[in-house]
Amino acid sequence: MSMKYDTLSPDLFEPAIVQEDEKEKIAAPHLNAFQDAWIRLRKNKAAVISMVVIAIILLFAIFAPMLSSYNYRATDYNNIYLKPCLEHPFGTDKYGRDLWVRCWMGTRISLLIGVFAAMLDLFIGVTYGAISALVGGKVDSVMQRVIEVLVGVPSLIVIILLMMLMPAGLGTIAVAMAITGWIGMARLVRAEILKLKSSEYVQAAILLGTSQGKIITKHLIPNTVGVIVINTMFTIPSAVFTEAYLSFIGLGLQEPNASLGVLINNGYSVLQSYPHALVFPAVIIVLIMVCFSIFGDGLRDALDPKMRK
Amino acid sequence: MAKYILKRLLYLVITLWVIATLTFFLMKCLPGTPFDAERLALMSASQRAALLAHYGLDKPVWQQYFIYLGSLLRGDFGTSFMYVNQNVAGVVTNRLGPSVLIGAQAVVVGVSIGLALGIVAAWKHNSLIDYLTMFLAVLGVSVPNFVMAALMQYYLGYKFSLLPVAFWTNWKCSVMPTLALALSAIAMVARFMRTEMLEVLEQDYITTARAKGLNNMKVLTRHVIRNSIIPVITVVGPIIVNLLTGSLVVESIFAVPGVGSLFVDSIKANDYPVIMAVTLFYSAFYMIVVIIMDVTYQLVDPRIRLASGSGE
Repeated sequence: MSMKYDTLSPDLFEPAIVQEDEKEKIAAPHLNAFQDAWIRLRKNKAAVISMVVIAIILLFAIFAPMLSSYNYRATDYNNIYLKPCLEHPFGTDKYGRDLWVRCWMGTRISLLIGVFAAMLDLFIGVTYGAISALVGGKVDSVMQRVIEVLVGVPSLIVIILLMMLMPAGLGTIAVAMAITGWIGMARLVRAEILKLKSSEYVQAAILLGTSQGKIITKHLIPNTVGVIVINTMFTIPSAVFTEAYLSFIGLGLQEPNASLGVLINNGYSVLQSYPHALVFPAVIIVLIMVCFSIFGDGLRDALDPKMRK
Repeated sequence: MAKYILKRLLYLVITLWVIATLTFFLMKCLPGTPFDAERLALMSASQRAALLAHYGLDKPVWQQYFIYLGSLLRGDFGTSFMYVNQNVAGVVTNRLGPSVLIGAQAVVVGVSIGLALGIVAAWKHNSLIDYLTMFLAVLGVSVPNFVMAALMQYYLGYKFSLLPVAFWTNWKCSVMPTLALALSAIAMVARFMRTEMLEVLEQDYITTARAKGLNNMKVLTRHVIRNSIIPVITVVGPIIVNLLTGSLVVESIFAVPGVGSLFVDSIKANDYPVIMAVTLFYSAFYMIVVIIMDVTYQLVDPRIRLASGSGE
């Protein structure tokens, strides 16, 4: 083989023209982690549908009570227990209140409680987890012992006990849920930061003399956002469920306030004669829980393809 | 191993102590007394004092706390306010039977149906059965158990009169509460089993088994299921939590005389001793189940090392 090439004369070759500005060009468009995740998320049909359904529910929760001519507390004793009709799409309840407005008002309150609880979890959990992982040593081990003690507590029981103590309201329900709710988030964030701290690129950054503050803002925070967002997506529906549960056993919001739990509880008490009063809020709560759970799964796959299962 | 179990038991005791303390002081802060306010007003001061002394409510709070802790250690949970002159331990144990029956049935039904669905879904991956199972699994964890219970009561009990609507007279009464509780267990187990099995199906040893000429059935029973069923133990903890919390509403809805409905009733009646006892009972039960599951998991799967902290 080599014999053959010996016969080729060098003048048959000429150097290719190098365009200096093309040399370092990146052909693919520049994408940051979230654009990348968005592209993957869009391919997941179920997640996209869930996202749309959540958006629609949100729109109704915001605008339906505003646009309706009925007030969610206004009673009308001439029109009690109406079946769904044009005037009252979801019918009316025992005080003749319009269930369409009450349902969407209830959805609004339930979602608000969910979001508020999730924000509290996020704030406490991330702070606790981050301090535990970043400070390390004795502080970390004490903080972890505290978590190990708290993890054994069945959270719903604690929430029930707290709700007996506090007056039921949007804020108190969210606070009661946050008392044990932050633990999951704290553990996740701590594990993630510990993993990142020992990863090669962070080690390299330390070696290159990057300041601690810069490592935290440039490497640790952006890389933990994914886990935090995903966890929050799962906290919201579970908080919505907990609120409904509390209302159902009589410890949540009280009449005439509306929340999905209050409506389901009211609907249940007249289930035999007027099933529509239970069906509408029940369908909304199931939709919220199903969509958040599918969307959360999709988001997890999109943000962290390694965790894909 | 023994050291690990001891350590876990130590945490159990500490956690229970924290819960006992918390519940005690929470109960002390609660508004309202277990006594009827109108009747209390009718009593003379000495009668009132005698009543409070009878229940030990006349002493300072810190003394009540230590008396309470001391009697807890002796297994004495005090006297119920709601059920006059009955001790709490007795009230709770009387209610244990129905709850245990429903809980055990729900676990058995949930795990067996869940496993079957999960196995079929993974084996027929991306088929209609798979999609249906996954849909059911999502629905199962998303439909709140009290909505499920209410709908079942309405349709199965009231509309079609297939099963007794409520109460606790014969075994048939336990069917609907069991199903209402089992649904979330079915969903969780099915989903988990499917994921595990799909992972095992991709392993090299499955390809090897097929290459050796084993038929489908043998690959499935000897290799796939055996290897994917073990991690399912880890969902038992969450299932137990769901059963405990679910039992509160489900038992109330179906008027089952169990611990769950006792808890709800005692909350409504401000029966502090019962609330505290049931809280401790639930927490202890939950933690013991989790410890047993963690230990079993290691015993059956030597690949898992029991380590105390994570990430160290």
